[in-house]
Amino acid sequence: MTGTTLLIAAVLALAAGTLGFRLAGPLLRERLTLSPRLESVMGRLTVVLLVALVATSATLEGDGFAGVARPAGVLVGGVLAWRRAPFVVVVLAAAATAALLRLLGVP
Amino acid sequence: MRSLYRTLGPELTRSIGLVCLADALVGASYGAISVSSGFPLWVPILLSVVVFAGAAQFLFIGLVAAGGSPLAAVAAGLLINARHLPFGFTIGAMGRGWLRRLVGSHLMTDETVAFALAQDDPRRRRAAYWASGMALFVCWNVSVVLGGLAGSAISDTDALGLDAAFPAVLLALVLPSLSDSTTRWAALIGVVVALATTPLLPVGAPVLLALVGVAVVAAFGALRRRRATDDREDS
Repeated sequence: MTGTTLLIAAVLALAAGTLGFRLAGPLLRERLTLSPRLESVMGRLTVVLLVALVATSATLEGDGFAGVARPAGVLVGGVLAWRRAPFVVVVLAAAATAALLRLLGVP
Repeated sequence: MRSLYRTLGPELTRSIGLVCLADALVGASYGAISVSSGFPLWVPILLSVVVFAGAAQFLFIGLVAAGGSPLAAVAAGLLINARHLPFGFTIGAMGRGWLRRLVGSHLMTDETVAFALAQDDPRRRRAAYWASGMALFVCWNVSVVLGGLAGSAISDTDALGLDAAFPAVLLALVLPSLSDSTTRWAALIGVVVALATTPLLPVGAPVLLALVGVAVVAAFGALRRRRATDDREDS
């Protein structure tokens, strides 16, 4: 296989596998009948995944720490969200905090 | 379209618009980085349209650009995208019929799932999912093309603080779901596990491992219930 064909095949394989994951969730859910208790347990999967995603993407870059500016920005956004600030304010404040800290030379 | 807007309301529409704007900037940087690391423009575009998962796209381009094998890049991308399975399992199907199901599944991202999760009513949940999914798909792909054409226009989105904006988006949307203390415990355990295993495992695996938190609180709950019934039988 030439480089280009291999590259296209790789992209399509990633696309097919990703779509497979995306389709499998709802299909599995319809095939399984869960007790109400198990249903509430499963409801936590997405919340836990998203929170873990927030924690890792806020603090880590590759295997190392992401510096100070990024987690500080996310923290400011988190506190504002907790205080029920509007979504737009939360997101802009998080970005502005990180950008401002970097402008001041904080990593 | 008008009825979709009515269901969403101005606030949610604004929120989706803002996430689209942030996504567009990241998409433009992804296009620019891909082209400047030597890929022809069609590669980042094809990836964006058919894979439509930002983190996996960046990883794929990065690994192949660094001389890694495309097959290894596929494996890494699949590992990072495996989280879509539990996502879909929780939120369920977002449409009837195979075409809606297929398109709806393809639009599944961290952001669309978080937007859906943040709505209480099923009708709004579905509307938020589809509106954010379609808007993000258009913004993301258009910006990838523009970024790729512009070359190195915005390659440093960190200077704009966008790397802090994305976790903040997800955090703001997921926060209301953390009002239940059992879910909070599950999330806390999950975060500790994910952070602790990040230096040891390939990208994507630690976040999946966070699901251990759900299992731990479920096992603990079962144990407590059993002890409660045992106590009742003893007395």
